[in-house]
Amino acid sequence: MNRQSLDARRLLCPLPVIRTQDKVKQMQVGDQLAVVGTDPGIMQDIPAWCRINGHTVLEANAGDREYTVVLQVGG
Amino acid sequence: MTIQRKAVALISGGLDSMLAAKVIMDQGVRVEGINFYTGFCVEGHTHAIKKRDQEKQKRNNALWVAEQLGIKLHIVDVIEEYKNVLIKPKYGYGANMNPCLDCKVFMVTKAKEWLAENDFDFIITGEVIGQRPMSQRKATMPIISQESGADDLLLRPLCAKCLPETLPEREGWVKRERLYDFTGRSRKPQFALAAEFGFTEFAQPAGGCCFLTDESYSKKLVDLWKARGTKEYELDDIMLLKVGRHIRPKANFKMIVAREDGEGRFLEGYKKTFIWLDCVSHSGPLALLDGSPDTDDLRLAAQLIARYGQGRDAAEVEVSITLPDGTAQTVKVKPIAAADVPPTWLI
Repeated sequence: MNRQSLDARRLLCPLPVIRTQDKVKQMQVGDQLAVVGTDPGIMQDIPAWCRINGHTVLEANAGDREYTVVLQVGG
Repeated sequence: MTIQRKAVALISGGLDSMLAAKVIMDQGVRVEGINFYTGFCVEGHTHAIKKRDQEKQKRNNALWVAEQLGIKLHIVDVIEEYKNVLIKPKYGYGANMNPCLDCKVFMVTKAKEWLAENDFDFIITGEVIGQRPMSQRKATMPIISQESGADDLLLRPLCAKCLPETLPEREGWVKRERLYDFTGRSRKPQFALAAEFGFTEFAQPAGGCCFLTDESYSKKLVDLWKARGTKEYELDDIMLLKVGRHIRPKANFKMIVAREDGEGRFLEGYKKTFIWLDCVSHSGPLALLDGSPDTDDLRLAAQLIARYGQGRDAAEVEVSITLPDGTAQTVKVKPIAAADVPPTWLI
């Protein structure tokens, strides 16, 4: 299992979702990706994108100014 | 064995594209969605920026629609390619800087490319004849089909019965009698169909889904182009047009003044790109300067920023001016009087 991160800070949705989509295309089933962003929209949009595309959200944390969503790539 | 046909649906996040996709799904076709991000899509950007809106639950409507329909959605970044559409639209602009017809041709062209790359059979849109004054008219439907190269691979399920048969109909992949003949600006047929499908919730953005249809936004875009002497732009340029109060005291520089904390936070992200102004002696908004201001201009900008803070009635306000390289200076200025700010400065 490979764990990678994606810096989506300062990007407004849907750009964090697009960058996540592009990154996941290069990853393998079971790999994990931690997306860090400043747009609170990622807390909704990345889980929605995961549900549609068969990936699993492992964690979603809201900080003061930053938000992190960790997903596992599905099949 | 019957081959299951595959269609790609342009999903905007609104009701019409949602209905169009559902109509075709119900005919046994496998549908996947595609959504293009131009940089001008509304999609809750201002909610993301403004602090007072951040408590509201925000969602991407295209993703939400895809989830309701149970289909995959491919979001495609077309920011760079879209510049050609906006800068030189063959069919011109609408009421504001919206090149709606060129935009639709562009998106169907991109969908056609996607179709070929992914081995899908045809394209669906939620277009309705007469729904929009520029891009959705009977005369524009063939223009979109032909100029995009999609031709009869482009099916508009909501008004297909008013248009010539398309390939999916002729081949029997979809039944024409189970398509619709909606026309005009009325939304009643769509609402009735939504009720039939059991869709009780759907997005209806009041001002459309594109900032280019917004008068205020368009004015700022035109001002940007005029000031720079070119229509070229970067993503940050068009993002910043969505934020703050824009003031152009002189042709060579513009101020973007945060209207509340959320906008201030957003503008902070540009500290390394622009000259930055901040009230030191009193609380007040943050502002950045775009352009090439000289020393006198910086002083004028300091007077202006002072006017928008708590020190507006003070004899003197201390303002910090920071250059992108981090070099800072502090100036003491008298806030400019409201009467000395001509309305023409406000973009």
